[in-house]
Amino acid sequence: MMQPGDILRFSTRSLTGFRTRTILMVIAMAIGVGAVVVLTALGEGARRYVVNEFSSLGTNLIIVFPGRTETGGNVPGMLVGRSPRDLTLEDAVAVLRSRHVTRIAPLNIGSAYLSRGRLSREAPVLGTTYEFRDIRRLEMGRGSFLPPADPTKAQSICVIGQTLAEELFPNEEPIGQWLRIGDRRFRVIGVLGSKGRSLGFDTDELAIIPVASAQQLFNQPSLFRILVETRHRESLDTAREEIRRILKDRHEGDEDVTVVTQDAVLATFDRILRTLTLAVGGIAAISLAVAGILTMNVMLVAVSQRTAEIGLLKAIGASRQQIRNLFFAEAALLSACGAIVGLGLGAAGILIIRQIYPAFPAAAPLWAVAAAVLTAALTGVSFSVMPARRAARLDPVIALAKR
Amino acid sequence: MISLAGIDRIFQVGDQTVHALANVNLEITAGEYVSIMGPSGSGKSTLLNIVGLLDRPTDGIYKLDGRDVTGLSDEDQARVRREKIGFVFQAFHLVPRLTALENVAVPMMLAGIGINERRRRAAKSLGDFGLGDRMDHRPSQLSGGQRQRVAMARATIMRPPVLLADEPTGNLDRASGHEVVGLLEQLNASGVTLIVVTHDPELGQRARRQLHMVDGSIDTDDVLQP
Ligand SMILES: Nc1ncnc2c1ncn2[C@@H]1O[C@H](COP(=O)(O)OP(=O)(O)OP(=O)(O)O)[C@@H](O)[C@H]1O
Ligand SMILES: [Mg+2]
Repeated sequence: MMQPGDILRFSTRSLTGFRTRTILMVIAMAIGVGAVVVLTALGEGARRYVVNEFSSLGTNLIIVFPGRTETGGNVPGMLVGRSPRDLTLEDAVAVLRSRHVTRIAPLNIGSAYLSRGRLSREAPVLGTTYEFRDIRRLEMGRGSFLPPADPTKAQSICVIGQTLAEELFPNEEPIGQWLRIGDRRFRVIGVLGSKGRSLGFDTDELAIIPVASAQQLFNQPSLFRILVETRHRESLDTAREEIRRILKDRHEGDEDVTVVTQDAVLATFDRILRTLTLAVGGIAAISLAVAGILTMNVMLVAVSQRTAEIGLLKAIGASRQQIRNLFFAEAALLSACGAIVGLGLGAAGILIIRQIYPAFPAAAPLWAVAAAVLTAALTGVSFSVMPARRAARLDPVIALAKR
Repeated sequence: MISLAGIDRIFQVGDQTVHALANVNLEITAGEYVSIMGPSGSGKSTLLNIVGLLDRPTDGIYKLDGRDVTGLSDEDQARVRREKIGFVFQAFHLVPRLTALENVAVPMMLAGIGINERRRRAAKSLGDFGLGDRMDHRPSQLSGGQRQRVAMARATIMRPPVLLADEPTGNLDRASGHEVVGLLEQLNASGVTLIVVTHDPELGQRARRQLHMVDGSIDTDDVLQP
């Protein structure tokens, strides 16, 4: 019987013989495979990015926010129709009673106009306390952060991000200067270090003021969040239960706040972004399918073009099996080339993304790479072998007569 | 060696049936030189295709070397085509992307013969057909006569006992036609059974046995006395 080396050599000659067709097919498949690799790399990159961001916050973190998001079956009837109670500064301080809690940072947030002289711009304003800096691991550029103080006392001081400092105090030292936020005046005591983007906040464009000042500024007595740091990672769950109990007691027995560990938030994000990656992968799979259909068409044309050749091979002594083997090898080689070039394209794409966004950890997940290669191989092989099988079944005269 | 009994070949074109061959009976012994002539559409090619196992008869029995080959499996048919029959076509039917040497070597490749022996045998054969200096040329770089000689080298490379040629000179000028016929007759002289379909009476009359076909049947079957 025919030797495997000969099958391979003959198929390679076919591929190099029909150069345009081969190049076309390789490009089609490469684009399909490359698209899957790049798009899933983006999705996976987004997931890793968020995970990293959360990890940089510290892992023994609990987040408290007003209202209940879990829709458990145990909502008391008396709660129906009543809006949730405010989450107050007193609640935040009360959380410190748990012996597992080391630090807390109440958070209030809003958006306001910042102005100085004729310069003005809108920026997110965060109300918090001294502890926020340690919990968020913020770096200071110049000056100092909010000093330790009674959180219920409003103070007219602020810390601003680098971009704000440059825009509102061009060529000037901002520290010690006055700044208007909304309808109040604040003295700048510090400029944040450049930490870049973090969890949706661009710290370069952020203004931070004492939490009590923010409550007055935005006329919002309820807190947006309380960040709670526990002593150990191990005490996270116990601490969560204690915080829940403390706040329930303070709220006359109503469980109208949500207490989550950062892990839980992280898991949710992880799930959402995995789904996103899958969805993006699905879109890419469509492009792969389009490549497959293109492959099928080119192969169909190719096989009918080569029916005469198949007839000739049969006339000079090739069996059906041999013809099937030849075309199978040809398609397998073609798919392999397409997959390899596609992986190369994908890798190049990922490299480019990393060049442009160094902070973004784009990387294609293994399953996506495997699925892309497998799909390319399957479409390429099945779509070329099917018509070849049909042609191989013809009597040599009929095949030979085809043009 | 070739034995056809009651061969029918019916083509169905739409609702029309064409009787290309009707009850053909024919015995050809080893080493014979047979020409088949007759008007266009009389079934010459159809007959040759059936003998060469390129087509199947609708009815009748075809025995090659005493073995009924009409009902063979695909694998066995391929083996018979490879080992027992060489076919030379009017249109040459070379693989355009392969060189002359590679074209000649294809039947050996299908038979699983190693590449070194293939090269050696194909080169020798091309040399015998006067193409020693054209081995690495592609068909498009060869003249019609040269292409037909490549095709003949390919048809004979497996040393088949039967050589079939369907208007082998049909696409050639006189001089190359004569050359090709001379080579075919040389092969016959060395013992190969030769069957040639032709329109050219001069060529047909060179054969010792001349068949004349009309309307799908053998009309006359003349054997020249030497
Ligand atoms: N594939 C086919 N489908 C339908 N009819 C066919 C087919 N092949 C041949 N025929 C018919 O069978 C008859 C014999 O054809 P064949 O090709 O054997 O003639 P021929 O003697 O070789 O003619 P020519 O000298 O022109 O080559 C013709 O009437 C032809 O139309
Ligand atoms: Mg004919």
